[in-house]
Parts: sequence; C-alpha cells; structure tokens
Amino acid sequence: MHELALMQGVMDAVRDSAAANSISKVSKVGLVVGKLSMVLPDSMLFAFEVISAGEDLFQGAVLEIEEKEVICSCQQCQQLFTRQEQHIFVCSGCGSNQVDIIQGRELYLDYYEGD
Amino acid sequence: MVKVRLEHNILGANELLARKNRNIFSAQGLLVINLMSSPGSGKTTILEKTIDSLNGRLKLGVIEGDLYTDQDAQRIENKGVRVIQINTEGACHLDAGMVDKAFQELPGDDLDLLFIENVGNLVCPAEFDLGEDLKAVVMSTAEGNDKLTKYPLIFREAGVILLNKIDLLPYTDFSLERFREDLARINPSAPLFLVSGRTGEGINDWNEWLLREVSAKRA
Repeated sequence: MHELALMQGVMDAVRDSAAANSISKVSKVGLVVGKLSMVLPDSMLFAFEVISAGEDLFQGAVLEIEEKEVICSCQQCQQLFTRQEQHIFVCSGCGSNQVDIIQGRELYLDYYEGD
Repeated sequence: MVKVRLEHNILGANELLARKNRNIFSAQGLLVINLMSSPGSGKTTILEKTIDSLNGRLKLGVIEGDLYTDQDAQRIENKGVRVIQINTEGACHLDAGMVDKAFQELPGDDLDLLFIENVGNLVCPAEFDLGEDLKAVVMSTAEGNDKLTKYPLIFREAGVILLNKIDLLPYTDFSLERFREDLARINPSAPLFLVSGRTGEGINDWNEWLLREVSAKRA
C-alpha cells in the first residue's frame, strides 16, 4: 500500500546518483525485493511507470525486480530450508520452531544502468 | 552504457530515524510499545482499560496514529493521559519520522511508558521500525484463526501478543488450540495474553507484565 512512497525514494536515489555520475539517460533500474517484505512487485512496477512518465531521465527505462525466496536456518540442526506450505518458520528437517530468517526480508535498490 | 551498483536500502531513511528515536527513548529510560492490529480488533479499548489500571502508578503517554480522525485520541484524552494525534492522511502506517515529530510535541520528559497506537493494518506497519522497544500485536477472536498464517511477518516480529475478545469465544468458530499451535510455529517466544477489552478479563495480567517491563527498562 505504500509502494508509491517507496518508489519515490528509489527514484530520488537514482536521480542523485545519475547527476553525480553525469548520466542523462537511465535504461534500467534493478530492485531486490524479499518475499517477506510487505511490498508487491506489481505495485512497484505501477508506481515506477507513474513517477517516471514524462521525465527525460527515465524515458524508456524499465524496472527489473529480483524477488528473493524466504530462507530460514534451523538453530537445532543447522539445516537451511525454504518456505513450507503454511508454516514458514518450522524446520523441514527436524520440525524445530527455533529458526532464523536469513533471506526474504530484502528491500533495496541494487543498481541502475544508463548513459 | 554504464551499470552503477548502489545497494541502497529503500527503508534506510526510516531506519536511521528509528535509531535516533530509540536512543532518545533509552536515554530517558522510557519503555515504548508499538501497538498494532487490524482495524476493529480493540487496540484503543485495551489501551483505555490499561490506562484505567496503570494511571497513577506510571506516567503514561500515548501517540495515536489514525488516517484522518482524532476519535481515538479523544478517547485517550478523556482518561487524563497526555496524547498526541498523528493523522497519516491516508498513509497505511506510521513511520519513524512521524513519531519523532509527535514525541517532540508530547509535553514533559518524565514519562515511564509510551504507547504508539499504529494505524489499523496487519501489513505495512510490520515493515516500519519506529524506535520502539516492543511491538505488541493485538488480534481478536472475531477475526478468525487464519489471520496468523496469512500475516506471519507481523506476528513473527511481535514481542508480545494479545488475543482480544476472549469473551466472544463461545460465539465464534475460533479455535484457541489451533491458535496456540500456529503461534508456536510462527513466534514461539512472545508472551501471549488472553484478554477482553469489554469485560476487562486478562487485563490485569497484561498490566502486571507491563509493570515488570517498565522496571526492567529503567534498570
């Protein structure tokens, strides 16, 4: 629900960096979004289109979103495992509920490409 | 064509402000609770009951988040507690910047316990650190068992969980047994309080726990 505000922050960061690197045309922006982050990729794409419309810097630019699966690490048996059906935080190996989330909460602007 | 790697944390600005808030709260020995739930699960009623019991024993403050109205802040103010209203004007969550501003307006620097009542929403508030010590998540029996597994992040992040409207248990299909099983899989360590904001059942246990947490923060 807050994707528009987040995308505004992303665009500001790209604008600042492009200005500092004398880049006048951005062709691609790459985000990394974990599946546990409360962000919908489709809404980010929509926000990107809305904000970039009519801005020369982003003319023809595309947004690429890399989604990261949830990966947990079991404190008991050290096994790494991905999301189970309903029970995200239960070890698929030993059934322990003592687990750490090691991937899936990412939310960052990874890179952009331009000239 | 050049590729510029930024690895820029999109929530970085919020996290910076949350750290600032946390330092300010800690310097004052103030316990801060971020109260979250879906709309209508009873956050404000629980807060009213908590104030009734703790006001006089602790110096309380409340920051009220709401989309457009000050109805909840009025209810708290009627209890004689210092309250600051934040209207998010449609935004789905509070952020650390809003809390920073509101806290500066809150009169007095002698508080023991500050509640931040977030916007009613189980999705977005989970993502935004406000600088609180604990996230308290309220869920009510009327919402149904599936909320726990549908919104695992907010329950995973919770430092304490309140199951409200426990008085309605006989009139719903809510299974307390299944709730406990699901909770053990999502967040095995958070204390759970079964309460009724309407009848006051369980509020005393919750308040005693709060008193212990306030003492621990001060020490």
